[in-house]
Amino acid sequence: MAEAATTNDNQYLTFTLEREFFALDIASVREVLELVNITRVPRTPDYIRGVINLRGRAVPVVDLKMKFGLGATERTVNTCIIIVEVCLDGEGTVLGALADSVQEVYEMETGQIEPPPRMGTPIRAEFIRGMGKTGDQFIIILDINKVFTSMELAGLAQTLGDAGPDAGEA
Amino acid sequence: MISQDDVHRLAYLEEARELLADLEASLLELERTPDDADLLHKIFRAMHTIKGSGAMFGFDDIAAFTHDVETVFDRVRNGQLAVNRQLLDLSLHACDHIRALLEPKTDQDSAVAAQGRLLLDGFRAYAGDVEAGADQTQAGADRHAHAPADARTDQPRIFRLRITPHADMLITGNNPLHLLADVIDLGQCRLYPHVENVPSLAELDPESCCVWWDCVLRAAATSEAVADIFVFAEDSCDLAIDLLDDGSTADGELVHKRLGQILVERGDIAAGDLEAALSSQKRLGDILTGQGLVQPTQVASALAEQAAVRDLCQAKPERQDKTSSIRVAADKLDFLVDLVGELVIVQAQIRQAVEERGDVVMRSLAEHLERLSGSLRDSTLSIRMLPIGATFAKFRRLIRDLSAELGKDIELVTSGEETEFDKTVIERLGDPLVHLLRNSIDHGIERPEVRLAAGKPIIGRISLTAAHVGGEVVITVADDGGGLDAAAIRVKAEARGLIAPGADLSAKELYALIFQPGFSTAKAVTSISGRGVGMDVVKRAIDALRGSVEIDSEPGVGTSISVRLPLTLAIIDGLQVQVEGEYYVVPLTLVEECVELPREADGGRRRIINLRGEVAPVLRLRELFGIAGTAPVIEPVVVVKADGERIGIAVDRVVGEHQTVIKSLGRLYRDIGEFSGATIRGDGSMALILDVAALVRRAVGTEGAPSL
Repeated sequence: MAEAATTNDNQYLTFTLEREFFALDIASVREVLELVNITRVPRTPDYIRGVINLRGRAVPVVDLKMKFGLGATERTVNTCIIIVEVCLDGEGTVLGALADSVQEVYEMETGQIEPPPRMGTPIRAEFIRGMGKTGDQFIIILDINKVFTSMELAGLAQTLGDAGPDAGEA
Repeated sequence: MISQDDVHRLAYLEEARELLADLEASLLELERTPDDADLLHKIFRAMHTIKGSGAMFGFDDIAAFTHDVETVFDRVRNGQLAVNRQLLDLSLHACDHIRALLEPKTDQDSAVAAQGRLLLDGFRAYAGDVEAGADQTQAGADRHAHAPADARTDQPRIFRLRITPHADMLITGNNPLHLLADVIDLGQCRLYPHVENVPSLAELDPESCCVWWDCVLRAAATSEAVADIFVFAEDSCDLAIDLLDDGSTADGELVHKRLGQILVERGDIAAGDLEAALSSQKRLGDILTGQGLVQPTQVASALAEQAAVRDLCQAKPERQDKTSSIRVAADKLDFLVDLVGELVIVQAQIRQAVEERGDVVMRSLAEHLERLSGSLRDSTLSIRMLPIGATFAKFRRLIRDLSAELGKDIELVTSGEETEFDKTVIERLGDPLVHLLRNSIDHGIERPEVRLAAGKPIIGRISLTAAHVGGEVVITVADDGGGLDAAAIRVKAEARGLIAPGADLSAKELYALIFQPGFSTAKAVTSISGRGVGMDVVKRAIDALRGSVEIDSEPGVGTSISVRLPLTLAIIDGLQVQVEGEYYVVPLTLVEECVELPREADGGRRRIINLRGEVAPVLRLRELFGIAGTAPVIEPVVVVKADGERIGIAVDRVVGEHQTVIKSLGRLYRDIGEFSGATIRGDGSMALILDVAALVRRAVGTEGAPSL
């Protein structure tokens, strides 16, 4: 994935959560879907909204806004699911992320991107890879792997399923 | 990018591993029937192939090692060395060693090499030991009596060979010229190439082999030694070896006669050919020379004709044999199964859409599609089915090694090897079965002196059976050991707080306790210290395969553990249920019945249900999953049974049967206990599949009974 990122010439997919602009490295984005019915999986953290059927695969959908503490995503005509490929424990996993709207694919040179500020960001600084800018608008570039790794850990802690690790190694 | 060489090497690795498995199985069988010559030959051939291909693909260490082992087996095959336990021990270790050599190079190499030398020393010691006695008798036999056809002798013999490479021989990597060179090395040899099948240059396919050879060989070798040259190529060429003269009579005369006869015999294959051969016999006779060597021309045409007839008679069925199986990479198969799964889903969607529209033409087309996709699904899934026999064969080795280690004498009786399982199931079943077998060997079967005192045969017996029962397969591991000690389990369980002191539990319920995490069978049950293998691991692995485990035991008589598994992991029949706007699927095999639970007079809800006198707890999905809304006045209850416990699952509506393609929920949800996966509904949305066993544990657990 790292290799793809360098060859993709610093292209980012920008989207909005509430009024904030966010961006994801285009290399980690697979596709963007219109909002479809999400099947809730009971007894899981609220920000994991459930699963959708992506061409026969069950893909979990995460409400980024809820994850970042910005409130639940409402269903509007602009609401989208961004399908991303993230690395969980060294394994590629496909996930969906809810966005209020998807904007554009935006090109930013490395020089245009500043390191994340220590404070004053709407979300935790560790999720941010850098800050870009379009006009007067700041764009928060997410480190998608960090977002989902921490989410997974949180998810594990909250899940009320059977105790102990799964029997996969048996 | 993988180079062609690597592809071959990978193919060799795969082939070698399979051959090793065969070899091991044959060796273990040889232990029971040491006189089986066929088996010896099979072992020899497997080694030879490992050696030959090994040398070809650059595994020189394997080739060298196997060569030495093979040399010993050659002598065993010739009756010069006897089959005994020492040989089998060495050979089995040799298998392990070859397997180690197949692994990619590591810094452990020197250790592996040392191990190899040690083994070879062992083989030499073995050969030396037995040889001292055997050699003399062998030499004596040679001197006195006339050597039997299969024994070694120094007297030159004359063979006639007909080597007919298949057209694809060159493609498989064999070069007939190398084989012929080996033949020539054996002794005096005359070769007659038959080139009449070679097409004109325009039609010639340089990659196919059109030439075949007749060969007369005069050499001091056994016919088996000659055949061995072709062992490695036997699949890609037809070989006929006739011993024309065993060296006891004057060469010329006999060969004369025989060749004539043989030509007649060849003619016998087809009536018309007989005449052709007979009519040409005169001329043949003229041509045959004193040395018994035949000049080509006329004979060649007769032979060619005859070969053509023989090809017609024999080659055809042989070729069919070859196409009857094909090796396919597992991931290609998985992809196919995925595609078929999606097809089934789309088909269900089409059916639903057609129902709504009521178009007659479309409906008949949809029904046709349904039939087709149904049979496509069935046959695709059947491709993934493999017999469990290969797995059983592996256990034979395990039992042999482990019982020797523990000083117990145990025989493994297997049946139902042909029972077919889904590939994934077989792969994931290996470890749990090993756990169960180890437990039987370690804790189940008593020590020989104990068995003797109890009046049992000294040899313990573990039986491993597989069978289809209804829509499931059942694997049973049974031993005739001491059985489980229910009282000891009770004491242990009470001490661990798993059950209330003095709880009223049946023996079966007590036995089920050994599947609890941390419940060491070693200390509690048989007090034999050893590797206490956690039975909870077995249970979990079986649960993950959507199977169930059941224990039956009788003190002093033995224990039998049955593992029930679904036929396939990919597709199940499910019962779709609805709670408010959410849909769930219950695996149909676990559903016993559906009943209705009316609201009580006071508006309250009962938490238990009376099933014809039996009481079962009721679990409300609405409460369990925190679904808003109110339940209907009459709640449908799906009664399910898992692990011998029966519970009711209250829902809003039972939608109906649903052929369910199981989709994994993925890593994110791997620790969720209530669901075993998801499936796609007719409208494209997903429905979760309930993990009934987990729900049962939850329901029963809240009742204060054992199990979680």
